[in-house]
Amino acid sequence: MSAAPAEGPPAAIRVSKLTKSYDDVLAVNRLSFSVPAGATAALLGGNGAGKTTTISMILGLLLPTRGRISVLGVDMLKRRYDALPRMNFSSPYVDLPKRLSARENLMVYARLYGLRRPARRIGELAEELDLTAFMNRPSGTLSAGQRTRLALAKALLNEPDVLLLDEPTASLDPDTGDRIRTYLEAYRDSRRATILLASHNMAEVERLCSRVMMMRAGRIVDEGSPAELIRRYGRANLEDVFLDIARDRRRADRGPERTGPERTGPERTGRAA
Amino acid sequence: MSAADAKLAGTKGPAAAWRRMQAMVLRYVYLYRGSWPRILELAYWPTLQMIMWGFLTIFLASKSGFFVQAAGVLIAAVLLWDVLFRSSLGVSLSFLEEMWSRNLGHIFVSPLRPGEFVAALTLMSLLRVLIGIVPASLLAIWLYAYSIFDMGLPLVAFFANLQVMGWSFGLIVCGLLMRYGLGAESIAWFAIFAIAPFSAIYYPLSVMPDWLQWIAGVLPSTHVFEGMRSVLVEKTFRTDLLINAVALNAAYLSVAVAVFLRFFRSARERGLILQIGE
Repeated sequence: MSAAPAEGPPAAIRVSKLTKSYDDVLAVNRLSFSVPAGATAALLGGNGAGKTTTISMILGLLLPTRGRISVLGVDMLKRRYDALPRMNFSSPYVDLPKRLSARENLMVYARLYGLRRPARRIGELAEELDLTAFMNRPSGTLSAGQRTRLALAKALLNEPDVLLLDEPTASLDPDTGDRIRTYLEAYRDSRRATILLASHNMAEVERLCSRVMMMRAGRIVDEGSPAELIRRYGRANLEDVFLDIARDRRRADRGPERTGPERTGPERTGRAA
Repeated sequence: MSAADAKLAGTKGPAAAWRRMQAMVLRYVYLYRGSWPRILELAYWPTLQMIMWGFLTIFLASKSGFFVQAAGVLIAAVLLWDVLFRSSLGVSLSFLEEMWSRNLGHIFVSPLRPGEFVAALTLMSLLRVLIGIVPASLLAIWLYAYSIFDMGLPLVAFFANLQVMGWSFGLIVCGLLMRYGLGAESIAWFAIFAIAPFSAIYYPLSVMPDWLQWIAGVLPSTHVFEGMRSVLVEKTFRTDLLINAVALNAAYLSVAVAVFLRFFRSARERGLILQIGE
């Protein structure tokens, strides 16, 4: 993984000079990164840093002002429907219909994704994500943690090669959260899937991700493996690194930030970021 | 091909598109199956309207030779107007269901194309209209010995034209909802009524002032209701009116689909899709 797109085999996700502006607000500013197949990467940053905006653009829910996005070698701005069957996502900003049961919701999406044996796949996921007991209950009556697991089941229905997760373990108790992280690790390793996640759970990022991109005001201000970042900032854990970056404190080696000074306009308000 | 691809049916071509449309219809079938008030609402208003206008017809028939001669003209007008209204509402309410449930983000990152989504909305609209209108029409036979089905083939032409016109209105409403969010929700309910006075539903076009007849003439519904009266009163099917309605509907639907897709693109540019919700 690198900040600048490198030559070589196509990365699973490749973003080049991605920019999104709303009138006078620059939400994402010339963002470039790539994630190789089989890797798990994280976008980290405070509220309004541009994480969700970036994920939304990769998915095609949001059109960039400038820049290029390629997923699985497909130009997402021109042929996104070639890649979407092999992608999926979950986000706290999006719900599944509350009046449909968990099983009905999964059945609808299984058919949208064209699964050959939807009932079988739904059964597998229900068991693996511990959903079996409430598959016939309306989604709206599920607890926040159950809904998060259901959303994850929906995201895994088509066994995606690229998985984009926004706060994947939000609302989960520590035990369930740990089981989900274990499940995601196993899924990634067995399918050689690529995962890009946005999270505020630093322990989760340290455990799951081989690379972390720290964002502020729509730009990547630093990146590396969790261990590299912790060492670079002279901190004990990723959470302290996050605070240093969020508060614009210099890294321990005082080296230049990758993208230069971060005074690039106001943070967004009123939009998912 | 990834391991997952082997478990997926083809994602391109008409068969895949049809499968995705069916998936969306299934989503609404699940919704209605689990919500009896929604099903009741589908048939409630058409039936109530038909009962009221049926009694009015009986009363007027006792006072006027015209209504004796043109039996059922008011009931037919009520039922056909409801086809138009329910068709428009069927599209926009199905779309609103996705907005209320904050589900659009999931839908628009699935392989479902916008055109397929539009087709699924129109299919649901057709089902909703049939569920609403058929019971009311059958009840009219029992209550007033009037069968709208006696119109025969012209009824199919009238129904189809009003259905398509309703789709056009519904799609434009969906576009506005995408652009302005749930604050514009009430448009779904009142938009179609703006054309009711000019559609010559209960009275002939000739009673309108000349300048208003020009406006009424660009509405497909006007030609349908004029055609309906021609069949019921004069016992004549006027193909010129049908051709007018079909031509206008083709234009309306093309514009409506273009407007929907333009608003969809605008929503993607403005980042509105993830914000839409209750």
